[in-house]
Amino acid sequence: MGVPQLLVHDGKDTVGVVVVEGLKAGADMLCVVTHDNSDFRLKSKHDIPIGHKVALKDIKSGDTIWKYGQDIGKAVADIATGEHVHTHNMKTKRW
Amino acid sequence: MSLQAALEHEMSSPFPGGAPDQFVTKALPAERASADYQNATFMGWRRENGRVGVRNHVVLLPLDDLSNAACEAVANNVKGTLALPHAYGRLQFGEDLEVHFRTLIGIGSNPNVAAVVVIGIEDSWTGRVVDGIAKTGKPVVGFGIEGHGDIAIIAKASYAAKRMLQWATELPKTECKLSELWVSTKCGESDTTTGLASCPTVGNMYDKLIPQGIYGVFGETSEITGAEHLCKERAASPEVAEKWFKIWKAYQDDVIEAHKTDDLSDSQPTKGNIAGGLSTIEEKALGNLEKIGRECTYIDALQPAEAPAKGPGLYFMDTSSAAAECVTLMAAAGYAIHTFPTGQGNVIGNPIVPVIKITGNPKTIRTMGEHIDVDVSGILRRDMTLDQAGDSLIDMVVRTANGRLTAAESLGHREFVMTKLYRSA
Repeated sequence: MGVPQLLVHDGKDTVGVVVVEGLKAGADMLCVVTHDNSDFRLKSKHDIPIGHKVALKDIKSGDTIWKYGQDIGKAVADIATGEHVHTHNMKTKRW
Repeated sequence: MSLQAALEHEMSSPFPGGAPDQFVTKALPAERASADYQNATFMGWRRENGRVGVRNHVVLLPLDDLSNAACEAVANNVKGTLALPHAYGRLQFGEDLEVHFRTLIGIGSNPNVAAVVVIGIEDSWTGRVVDGIAKTGKPVVGFGIEGHGDIAIIAKASYAAKRMLQWATELPKTECKLSELWVSTKCGESDTTTGLASCPTVGNMYDKLIPQGIYGVFGETSEITGAEHLCKERAASPEVAEKWFKIWKAYQDDVIEAHKTDDLSDSQPTKGNIAGGLSTIEEKALGNLEKIGRECTYIDALQPAEAPAKGPGLYFMDTSSAAAECVTLMAAAGYAIHTFPTGQGNVIGNPIVPVIKITGNPKTIRTMGEHIDVDVSGILRRDMTLDQAGDSLIDMVVRTANGRLTAAESLGHREFVMTKLYRSA
């Protein structure tokens, strides 16, 4: 297996994390699920900084966002597969 | 690479701007304690009470802010002693005052400290700190400034500190078992790579070393919010779970609800966390909790700066998530080495406890590698397993225990910050 551009914690997750610097829109990413070492490919729709999240599926506003197989907050806008997911389109459910 | 070769390589290269220092971040094969951590040893100082220290400081400890100047003057007179100036100690009361005393007595009692001179504005509270530290059996004396003035006290304290220093520098190191170490953890300037790499590296270390009999501790009450259901499940018994939950809930009710002006979005996650890709407190908390590994359960929930008293194992401590406050409280509880995962690059150190920095973020390695002790970015490239990363951290813990200065020690980071629960009278 080559060097992945995206890591996903758990099979249930709806977002993954970019783990390389300088990822460009249109990049064909090798994505690895760390829990079971399975892999798949996904196209990035934006330039995305290292450490930032990408949607693994289409997410509707109000949907729970899953990472670590856990609830990490909710979408506050519709998010398409391959788009950048961050504070502009998701929010905590806590405060 | 030899040190000489590494230096010559650096001199012939363009200014590296904090380039990764592979010479110090990679464990040497001959020093691989992780190959047999059941029998691994290090050379440390065994104190009068049996605890093992990895540093040998003579500390000049101010009771209060007013006594910082005298302590710093003594440190200037007696080279090699360590003054620990801080901001508080007057007109505190109730639990806030108790935390203050516990912290000062705990810092003086820490096994990384050989001997202590306490200086306070008056004799009574100064004496309380001296008596607390004296229970360890280590040399400790106290001086009150009132009625004498700074100059006379500085002179008297300097004579005492000089005797202590010369005594301490002749104390022999003895062979100690890895299982005698007390190792704390807290992460900072977290990002998504800490949850993927550096926090689980600490968790892997704890999964391996807690069963060997070390003491561990994690804290950061506010940063468990979002993962509190998972944290509660990791208590060793229902009683401990309930004790932990009360601490967490009290923080939510008494601090967050009492003081919030809108929400905590500007503080939790922090601006640095958000720059690193963390979007919510839940996401941050889940990464944070990776530090306690897969197997460990915590056997007690401690008050700030409270020394663990239930024997070897992992503990939770009620602490702020601010790095210097948290590390200071853990040092006061007696922990001798701190493991600190970072994503975006927190530069914190502590005056008496070596703080080992671990990062998995290749950008942080590239831009500020001089602050990092253990590089686990290979986890993100999938050319390093978590098991290998945990072993490289264990190796660094033992090398640090044997005397290797951490990046934070080398760069002079001595953040000593007292926790203040509420304003003084």
